[in-house]
Amino acid sequence: MKNEARWQQSSLLGELDVARLRRDFPILERSVHDLPLVYLDNAATSQKPRSVIECEAQYYAGFNANVHRGAHRLSEEATAAFEAARDTVRDFIHARQREEIVFVRGATEAINLVATSYGQRLAPGDEILVTEMEHHSNIVPWQLLCQRSGAVLRVAPIDDYGQVMLSTYERLLGPRTRIVAFTHLSNALGTINPVRQMTELAHAHGAVVLVDGAQAVPHLHVDVQALDCDFYVFSGHKLYGPTGIGVLYGKAVLLAAMPPYQGGGDMIRQVSFAGTSYNELPYKFEAGTPHVAGAIALAAAIDYLGRVGVDAVAAHERALLDYATERARATPGLRIVGTARQKACILSFVLEGIHAHDVGTILDSEGIAVRSGHHCAMPTMERFGVPATVRASFALYNTHDDVDALFAGLNKVRQVFR
Amino acid sequence: MSALRDLYQEVIVDHGRRPRNFGRMAQATRRAEGYNPLCGDRLTLYLRLADDVIVEASFEGAGCAISTASASLMTEALKGMTAAQAEILFTNFHAMLTGNGTAPVPLGKLETLAGVREFPARVKCATLAWHTLHAALHGADEPVSTE
Ligand SMILES: Cc1ncc(COP(=O)(O)O)c(C=O)c1O
Repeated sequence: MKNEARWQQSSLLGELDVARLRRDFPILERSVHDLPLVYLDNAATSQKPRSVIECEAQYYAGFNANVHRGAHRLSEEATAAFEAARDTVRDFIHARQREEIVFVRGATEAINLVATSYGQRLAPGDEILVTEMEHHSNIVPWQLLCQRSGAVLRVAPIDDYGQVMLSTYERLLGPRTRIVAFTHLSNALGTINPVRQMTELAHAHGAVVLVDGAQAVPHLHVDVQALDCDFYVFSGHKLYGPTGIGVLYGKAVLLAAMPPYQGGGDMIRQVSFAGTSYNELPYKFEAGTPHVAGAIALAAAIDYLGRVGVDAVAAHERALLDYATERARATPGLRIVGTARQKACILSFVLEGIHAHDVGTILDSEGIAVRSGHHCAMPTMERFGVPATVRASFALYNTHDDVDALFAGLNKVRQVFR
Repeated sequence: MSALRDLYQEVIVDHGRRPRNFGRMAQATRRAEGYNPLCGDRLTLYLRLADDVIVEASFEGAGCAISTASASLMTEALKGMTAAQAEILFTNFHAMLTGNGTAPVPLGKLETLAGVREFPARVKCATLAWHTLHAALHGADEPVSTE
């Protein structure tokens, strides 16, 4: 009864015709161990709608060519589609100019690009500030930069709910702080950080801000100008798009002053052995043949999400998270890890006396895909005193039935470990 | 479904929950640390060897039911074995889990872990203690500090 009422409430709130949307995702028709797939590992990677899969195939079947090279028809078509994808991304995150959109392999490469290129101006004693809830990809590139430059990495702690302690964060900002890097939405806890406020504080101390948007873009409306961050990074594959493509957004003034990251074709204006001059933005940072198919299909993914509506998706996922959280709270021996006031789409938890890995295996035998492990966020796990958690993460195609399946699966776990 | 029942047999759930030979060993002559970076499982293995015979084995650490049960069953099986016999046991145990051994060798109680074979992602859990054993046996031939 109660569940039914929630269904109605959520469909009113979200106004998503999820049953229809699910048909856009071919993989959701498959079964796992002869059971229907319940895919709750969206924070690792999301599934792809048919329009994205077909878009990539159409490029290879219809106008595959290298971009920015060659005066032939196919190359013109490929270049036009590739550059149109850049415009789509610009619109999607509300960047001021298309030159501020650099295609990279993913969030990880984007952070490494900034750490390597922007990082060249750091000197011994300079400081980089991250938070205790970062993905390893937003920790290790900064550690490497510290090793190269003699800069010092500082860490803003999080509280028991999984929220950055803003007063300590502010105290850690100082005259030597050069770079502040933090996630928009935590992949391990589901916390949404107050990006605008944290950015303002960092700017007041003269630091530049990199925001890791890998988890945020599929779930939240992102406006980089309103956030005022200096860099914003994300991956295509968590956004219903392909793997191997991602985006670095950087303010043009910063990107223009930064040295290239990699050398090669496309990133140059003129090459001679006496010296080489670099191409204009964004090509200065796009050495070599880019992932053309990936960029075009990423744009198809963004178009898809746009047609469904980010706000409607967010409301739908919010209803799912609320429902799942309520059920989790009613489950004896379950502890939710990450209970921030501002949260989205991620339920991370541990079961008393049962390791996350065992939970993952038993849920899998029920056709349910969750992530069990440290989520590439070992310092975060340590903060909460757990080696690993079970993480269910939601996407636009998930339903209340999926949540019910998850909790039925957890009952099964209990039976095995009775 | 029955694969799952094979994996989480009573013996395994029991050893996972109440591991035998669990705890630090003050008189250990060998010690090694094992770590599975994939899931964060850690364990420390303690051995006491006398004349090349393992007279005592214990471990401590945190892990899933499979890695804990495997460590527990291993420490039981090791007692009284020579280092060479222990290495052969590891080889046979590994062959049982990966299914690419020649004729299966009877492994007694360790055979309760054979179900892991159906779960390739879990083989690393079941072999963590054993890799640690290998390190302990091949480690520097000096007594570990007892502080
Ligand atoms: C918060 C966060 N940042 C960065 C990444 C890295 O993304 P990718 O592996 O696609 O580069 C991930 C993906 O797991 C993530 O969740």
